[in-house]
Amino acid sequence: MIKKDLVIVGGGPAGMAAAVSAYENGVKNILLIERDQYLGGILNQCVHTGFGLGYFKENLTGPEYADRFTQKIKAIPGIEVSLRSFAVKLAKDKTLTYLRPGSLEVIRPKALIMATGCREKTREVIHIPGTRPAGIFSAGLAQKLINIEGLLPGKEVVIIGSGDIGLIMARRFVLEGAKVKAIIEIEGKSRGLARNMVQCVEDFEIPVYFSHRVLKIHGKDRVEKVSVAKVDGSMNEIAGTEFDISCDTVLVSVGLIPENELIEMAGAAIDKKTNSPVSKEVNKTSIPGVFVCGNSFKVYDLVDSVTADSELAGKQAAIYLRNSR
Amino acid sequence: MARGSGENLNEMKRYDVVIVGGGVVGSAIARELSRYKLSVGLFEKEVELAFGISKSNSGIIHPGTQNPPGLLKSKLCVQGNALTRILAKELFIDFKEVGELVVAFDKEEAARLVQIKKDGQALKVPGLRIVDKKWLRKNEPNLSDKAIAALYAPTAGIISPYRWVYDFAENAAQNGVEIHTGVKVDSILPKDEGFEITASGETFTARYLVNAAGLYADDVSKMAGLDSFKIKPRKGEAFLLDKKNEYMTRHLLFPLPSKISKGILVTRTSDGNPMIGPTAEDVTDKEDLSITAAGLKKVLEGSRKLIPSINENSIIAYFTGLRPVAGEDFIIRHENSVPGLVNVAGIQSPGLTAAPAIALMVAGILKDNGLEMKKKAYFHKYRQKEAHLFSIPLGQTKKLIKKDAGYGDIVCRCEMVSAKEVRDAISRGARTMDGIKFRTRAQAGRCHGSFCTTRLMKILAEETGTPLTNITKRGKGSEIVKKDRSSD
Amino acid sequence: MIKNMVCIECPKGCVLAVDIENDKVVKVQGAKCPKGAAYAVMETHDPMRVLTATVVSEGLELRLIPVRTNKPIPKKDILRAMEEIRKIKVNAPVKVGDIIIKDLLGLGVKLVATRSVAL
Repeated sequence: MIKKDLVIVGGGPAGMAAAVSAYENGVKNILLIERDQYLGGILNQCVHTGFGLGYFKENLTGPEYADRFTQKIKAIPGIEVSLRSFAVKLAKDKTLTYLRPGSLEVIRPKALIMATGCREKTREVIHIPGTRPAGIFSAGLAQKLINIEGLLPGKEVVIIGSGDIGLIMARRFVLEGAKVKAIIEIEGKSRGLARNMVQCVEDFEIPVYFSHRVLKIHGKDRVEKVSVAKVDGSMNEIAGTEFDISCDTVLVSVGLIPENELIEMAGAAIDKKTNSPVSKEVNKTSIPGVFVCGNSFKVYDLVDSVTADSELAGKQAAIYLRNSR
Repeated sequence: MARGSGENLNEMKRYDVVIVGGGVVGSAIARELSRYKLSVGLFEKEVELAFGISKSNSGIIHPGTQNPPGLLKSKLCVQGNALTRILAKELFIDFKEVGELVVAFDKEEAARLVQIKKDGQALKVPGLRIVDKKWLRKNEPNLSDKAIAALYAPTAGIISPYRWVYDFAENAAQNGVEIHTGVKVDSILPKDEGFEITASGETFTARYLVNAAGLYADDVSKMAGLDSFKIKPRKGEAFLLDKKNEYMTRHLLFPLPSKISKGILVTRTSDGNPMIGPTAEDVTDKEDLSITAAGLKKVLEGSRKLIPSINENSIIAYFTGLRPVAGEDFIIRHENSVPGLVNVAGIQSPGLTAAPAIALMVAGILKDNGLEMKKKAYFHKYRQKEAHLFSIPLGQTKKLIKKDAGYGDIVCRCEMVSAKEVRDAISRGARTMDGIKFRTRAQAGRCHGSFCTTRLMKILAEETGTPLTNITKRGKGSEIVKKDRSSD
Repeated sequence: MIKNMVCIECPKGCVLAVDIENDKVVKVQGAKCPKGAAYAVMETHDPMRVLTATVVSEGLELRLIPVRTNKPIPKKDILRAMEEIRKIKVNAPVKVGDIIIKDLLGLGVKLVATRSVAL
């Protein structure tokens, strides 16, 4: 079994900041495991700007922000990086099992920082009736298809949810030559940043329907249209307001869920509603020596906040390791 | 093994038996017939097997209760239950015997349980007994405390319905059955020694035609010259809960049955997701697979009667199925007015359970109607098993990875599916994203493919030599993406 | 005449009340930092945006290279700029900051790579 003081699960902005911070606070023997072939996590597919205004006082794109940290990590020999590495099991005693091409590894570090980010809420979670044709994507998957693979999911898009990811993708679709026919938002106002309403929606004159919901998705093999209606204060449809919007693609951007199945497996207390760890102090879990940072701890709006949170977690892990010697 | 449309279909190829329909019934019959020295062809119109109604099955292997005594389906259900265990071992499919409880909430229902038990015993359903509140509290702790008694049927089990189809079909192919997917039968002409069949532009002959075409069995029978029954689709909507709730129930939970259905159940799939549903609604459109708000409401109401703690937020997936109803019972018979035609139609519940017994019955019918059934000297009883990481202990995973590094290359995070398993699935016939999902469970987890879709598309495109823009969800018309910038 | 607008220079999104007289911005209220006033002037006379996109690669480890303009470009030129970007194919490795287009649409703006991509 390999010996490491600290293992960090997740090489996105949270994991990288935690690793650097832990090192700078005295932890010299760190393993950072990442499932993808590269560090950077979700930032790699966030080709737009808006990152780093707080932390670097610069307006960076996602990949540029990630690059700042991957450079730091490359320069620190005490942080070993294992790519294409998938954590599959975590035990209460901190034994972590992970898979990578060619091997199954087991490691029992003295402390762990989980930086496993979020997954998106899907159409099934928000119960949209109708058929299940091709052409329904979570906003994040659409982003990955367009920005990493160069694949255009569709030509006529309806976006459900006015959160930041949905708004960013609205712009992205237009820039790639698709038509965004509508953004449907159940609340009375946008859930995303006001700046995104300007630079993603108003700039391209995309119609937004506030206080509306999608009643049904139609289409046999591929999306054909959606039925939409206005809702009242209790989010129930107002009779007589229903109309259809033809489209071949539906983007679902209705929220993020922290990924904490690994620590849940290990017996840590999880809030059933938010899927976040329950802890007396920030970044701690109910298992001593196991910390959580970034979006898997709490869904943040800005990566700068993720970095700040993760640096704290790194520091706490360092303190824990010092005290447990 | 599984071939695409038009490929290698010889002009006027002659089969002893052609089976129309690649669902669980068709593939079980194919496997049974593959024991004999016969030339057998299985034709499925969708791009992959099980893409008709079999994939939307709840996966329950019924013990045989709640079926009216005296019906063919009732007898075949009990037989099928026993046969499934044997075949599961030969075909290496995971069959879990979990037992079922038909739950009574008042004295009147409790009295009905006694009759159901009697009927079941007359059909030789083993192990039936009525259990009381104390037993229920101990053995099914999350069951509503309004339940006063239940009929316990220990031989109920769960299986993956589409993997059942694949396993039957693979073993049938191993033993010489020709399987053709993406091939739709266009015309059937009765001839002197059987039938001349045209499918997807190719013509061939068959001495016997087994019609196992599910929702379209009436159309196929009509094509062969017999219009004696109608298939009326009965829609069922069901919902899957997050696997975290796997141990919400220990047994399959049933309410008392109604006239047309077994009711809203709380069961689980063989992959560990609790399932609630299905509804039972007669519809007119054989392609109506829509989920409705009313359906969700009905299912939540019904399932909460059994398990009050069911949380709507735990729903992670839903699906609909259409039961092919042709009256109350199965239609399994040789049609004397069209010699050589064996109709196997109206196979609604308990069709999945009965499938192995149906296969035996159909083999018997063919024999009784002149088909010589000489057993093969070498029959490969055992299917060549594939590995699934999510169902084996980590120690075994380690060994697998040493054998092939691809087992350590994880593609689907939520269900722990490796690249090797994906490639294996493609070599066994997966041609679509749904096909990969059903064989490996990649995309079936809580993130619904948000993480793994791009990688799966790339592997499928690579292995099949097709461009990324041709990769579909479940066949032509359901392409995932519209444009590839790299190929502009 | 007072026009309301949301400043997009940072995530705060301050709502600005911009007083315009004779086609000139005379007063900007609501900005929580000096960038707001400058934004209001620019947005009134000649709205500019930083453009981010991706370019297709050939023979490299990634199919696409994310790119950005190093400075904002006029909003009205965005779709034209995208047409130019679509024509590009990069077949040599790049590092963060490398120039992909030296002068985009003759606007005096560079298009640079935002991710290092090797062979």
